[in-house]
Amino acid sequence: MSFPVIKGTGYVLVHTPDVMHHHGTTQSLERAAHPDSEYLKSLNAHTRSYDDVVAYAPNQTYIGNLHPEELRQIATPWFQNGMANAQRVGAFGEIMPQDEFYGLMKISDAFDLVSLEEGFLMKVKEKLEAHPLFKDDVSKLGSGDTQADVERFINEHHADPLFHEGHLVGCVKRAHDVDVSLTAHIIFENLVSKASGVLAMKHLVDKTGLDVNSIDYVIECSEEACGDMNQRGGGNFAKAIAEVVGAVNATGSDLRAFCAAPTHALIEAAALVKAGVYENVVVVAGGATAKLGMNGKDHVKKEMPLLEDVVGGFAVLVSQNDGVNPVIRTDLIGRHTVGTGSSPQAVITSLITAPLDKGGLKITDIDKYSVEMQNPDITKPAGAGDVPEANYKMIGALGVKRGDLERADLPTFVTKHGMPGWAPTQGHIPSGIPYVGYAQQDLTTGKLNKTMIVGKGSLFLARMTNLFDGVSVVLERNSGEVEAPGTGISKKEIKEMIVEAMKDVAAQLMKE
Amino acid sequence: MDLENQNRVKTLTEKHGAENMLILLGAAEAESAGLAAETVTNGDPTFAGPLAGVQLGLKVYHAVEPEFKDAVNPDVYDEQIGMMEMVLDVDGIVEEMNNIRSEFCKY
Repeated sequence: MSFPVIKGTGYVLVHTPDVMHHHGTTQSLERAAHPDSEYLKSLNAHTRSYDDVVAYAPNQTYIGNLHPEELRQIATPWFQNGMANAQRVGAFGEIMPQDEFYGLMKISDAFDLVSLEEGFLMKVKEKLEAHPLFKDDVSKLGSGDTQADVERFINEHHADPLFHEGHLVGCVKRAHDVDVSLTAHIIFENLVSKASGVLAMKHLVDKTGLDVNSIDYVIECSEEACGDMNQRGGGNFAKAIAEVVGAVNATGSDLRAFCAAPTHALIEAAALVKAGVYENVVVVAGGATAKLGMNGKDHVKKEMPLLEDVVGGFAVLVSQNDGVNPVIRTDLIGRHTVGTGSSPQAVITSLITAPLDKGGLKITDIDKYSVEMQNPDITKPAGAGDVPEANYKMIGALGVKRGDLERADLPTFVTKHGMPGWAPTQGHIPSGIPYVGYAQQDLTTGKLNKTMIVGKGSLFLARMTNLFDGVSVVLERNSGEVEAPGTGISKKEIKEMIVEAMKDVAAQLMKE
Repeated sequence: MDLENQNRVKTLTEKHGAENMLILLGAAEAESAGLAAETVTNGDPTFAGPLAGVQLGLKVYHAVEPEFKDAVNPDVYDEQIGMMEMVLDVDGIVEEMNNIRSEFCKY
């Protein structure tokens, strides 16, 4: 059987300290309830500089400069052990500073909803002219608005302010006078999600050297909803992102499943390619402003910086089997079904062991599991523990119950088959998907043979069901055998058949 | 404990009477189990939810405590909780739950 492959990835972070101060829900709720609170006053003292964010080891892992196994070697807490040689650009993407990102929001804005003050805009234009991926887009920035205009949009027309280094530098306008689905707040969230998705997809195209015209379909899997009052989640981020990236031959659609969405999207992309519907499918998502500084109160209490200061984004290209890149085993899929139940044991069984059983595999046959890869530097001080480690312990414990490993081997299992978490707590961003870039390396030039990507989601948050959700899929080193299109047999088999036929002909000739 | 769950506990207690209530927890850490247990006995320690200052004193147990384990079918327990029993700090959770119950439980 010929499976689709992971052909490339893009991973980006955007440092957004002022967005965190003003649009993270923890901060905005506090501002509404207690505008003079000590917490709000303490924010500046607990906010990292761009250089600190670049030097932060988990961020370097996210953009492809520091393998998770290398991250493990760095002393914790990581925020106290910044890397001296850290780079803005990595093998998978980059860490963009806030001012350039506001420019990218303007570039990504199709309805003149982002207003930037003219002086600020000129500075941003200069920086983006030097950006290899956006130098051709700077004309879309326009010339900007006067400070008085920006203030008028905010004071008279309900626009949401954009701050940089504490100063007002622009705003995001509401897109309708009375429509509650097109308020400035919602447009702001959606434009951040769109623009960070654009950044990730631009890097994917750049890193893979893919002809952008060959992208057939885009599946967007963030956690925002775009639409108007008559269809609040109408969509479609996917096509909007594809448009900015210049994928003129693509259409697409949005997939929503809370944090599980990226893995759902990966499986659906693989299915579309395997079925021959499309050749090149991109899975993409930008990040969430609401979750910025989500655990800020705990971080301030622990006298540490607010580590949730970056918006995340990623893009993955799923293509037809090329005989080189890791295959997506569409026959080894795990699903948390309606009838699965909600106990952790039922969840882990459905997501981990059910797909393994289909392939006659043991828990220890998967070299690395990518679970909820939340950065423990962020979650532990907030009382949520080490999320990936807890997942690995559960997988290992299930292995012990199945007789795949001895109980005494549990701690070794957690290290050998697990990884330290490095992703920002942006919901869908840490969920299984952060490892796909390294999996592509580990399953080609590296030493691994099988990895599993696991996505889980808390559906109950939307109050439509009490259910939990999750899906999983196995990625595997490519055997190098590729089926000829439409035949169901590999090229190698065809060659062997031709050789056999030639031998028969030769033998016949010899006889004659 | 999240505000919605506090609200549900409060409403159910008003409807059925505190003496008829039993709260079963599944928290993964002793500390978070203790906070939830404190909330339904002595009131919300964060003073944020509907149970702030409300001392219900309800019976409260964690799913890995022997009182619960011995009361249910061992096969079902093993199937549903056996794995987590291996992962969690059971002794720490039991100690924390006993502390909260001895201090605040009224039933």
